[in-house]
Amino acid sequence: MRPMARWAVRWGVQLAMALPLAVLVARWGAMAWGLSPRAAGLTAEPVAETINQLGLWALRALWLTLAVTPLRAVTGWNWLAAWRRPLGLWCFAYATLHLMVYVGLDMLGDLGLLWADVVKHRFILLGMAGWVMLLPLALTSPRAVARWLGGRRWRVLHRLAYVAGLAVAVHFLLRVKGFQIEPWIYAGLLALLLGLRRWPARAIMHWTRPRA
Amino acid sequence: MLIRTPNLLHPTEAEATDEALYWNRRAVLAGLVAAGALPQAAQAQTPLPARRTRTLDEEPTPFDTVTHYNNFYEFGTGKEDPARTAGRLRLRPWTVRVEGMVAKPQTIDIDQLIRQFPLEERVYRLRCVEAWSMVIPWVGFPLAALLRQVEPLGSAKFVAFETLRDPRQMPGQTTAALQWPYVEGLRLDEAMHPLTMLAVGLYGRTLPAQNGAPLRLVVPWKYGFKSIKSIVRIRLLDRQPPTSWNLSAPNEYGFFANVNPDVDHPRWTQSRERRIGDWFPRRTLPFNGYGAEVAGLYRGMNLARYY
Repeated sequence: MRPMARWAVRWGVQLAMALPLAVLVARWGAMAWGLSPRAAGLTAEPVAETINQLGLWALRALWLTLAVTPLRAVTGWNWLAAWRRPLGLWCFAYATLHLMVYVGLDMLGDLGLLWADVVKHRFILLGMAGWVMLLPLALTSPRAVARWLGGRRWRVLHRLAYVAGLAVAVHFLLRVKGFQIEPWIYAGLLALLLGLRRWPARAIMHWTRPRA
Repeated sequence: MLIRTPNLLHPTEAEATDEALYWNRRAVLAGLVAAGALPQAAQAQTPLPARRTRTLDEEPTPFDTVTHYNNFYEFGTGKEDPARTAGRLRLRPWTVRVEGMVAKPQTIDIDQLIRQFPLEERVYRLRCVEAWSMVIPWVGFPLAALLRQVEPLGSAKFVAFETLRDPRQMPGQTTAALQWPYVEGLRLDEAMHPLTMLAVGLYGRTLPAQNGAPLRLVVPWKYGFKSIKSIVRIRLLDRQPPTSWNLSAPNEYGFFANVNPDVDHPRWTQSRERRIGDWFPRRTLPFNGYGAEVAGLYRGMNLARYY
């Protein structure tokens, strides 16, 4: 790709990932302005809706991050590799906001209550585990830190993203009542993204391996 | 078995809402509709004169919220779905079949049923198993009144309820979210309890489709899913009937489903709830605050086991 196009794509991705957050902020602004939560698009339970939206976008960003490598393998578009880090950081940003709103506005900052929730309920434990696994990935994302860590160790550490994906997929499955298709679709997509890495690996990964 | 607590259900004349005030509130509502402040759906509901027999010193959840945020999986799994899609439910003609172990089984037309018993307005708390809650002024009559009319046999121990099943009217029934039709049940003494009501309206008007029109159950000390909507069949049985959420996830939803802050849902705490409209969660009360009236029904039962 030409530099212009690459620049446009990069900013396009950043804007697309920022948009859901901007919409949420605008909705909260409208509510602060005096609109009812429903009129502001946050349903009758603005806190619950905000937690749900932030969680869903964290999950989507993680899935997109995990899609980069297989997509690159299939298409041979090596420039996709540059998206992995920004997408991963967006995932961490949404996951952190998701956790902060849950702890701050649902648990009201009561860490005792939070701990009780984590140890008693697998659903909460898995979500928390997902975030805890993302944390070291975000911390080791600056190039300097990655270099200090060394390429091999960095790669091994960042395999935690797969485990985080599994925890998050089950967290979402446990979120809903009755049989609902949406979390199963995401679970299926994750299985596909992880499966593509293992199974036809040699066959499709025809790009030149990045130099360590 | 009859449990009478007349002091609760028959307030003195002074406690009932003055009729002039009552009609005046309706005028305000009509004005809001005319001014476009209330959605179109509100216009379809006709006034239902009722005597207010029970109030709460808690602020009722606004009409707009009560009618635009609820679970009714027949119309989608999102809580704003029912208000959007329940318009296709045909509310007339509608009949309710009351049968089973009764001396006088009947098929009753809904309009006849609405005229049959004196309508009462009762303001109840509603606590959803998902840990949110509302305060709703229902209009209806005690379920006991209807059950007495059909004369339960001595062998009858339980009451089973069934929602309409028609995927053309209820698009959610084309999905596998639950087994259809939705079914619920009560022990006969729970069904005869004076707090248990059949609602035909809310906020002084007939029920909007999304809230379970034309006839729904309201059992205020149990989680909301027990209060089955759009009922077409009521059966008296000698054994405990299956119930929808219990069939879906028996470890999460029991037959009794009494509001109990000490028995958590496996996935979330039931010790607290978010009252819709409040910023901060509040403590959940045993039996949703109706313990003084209903705890006796469960004397000697292990409520952690029979959740």
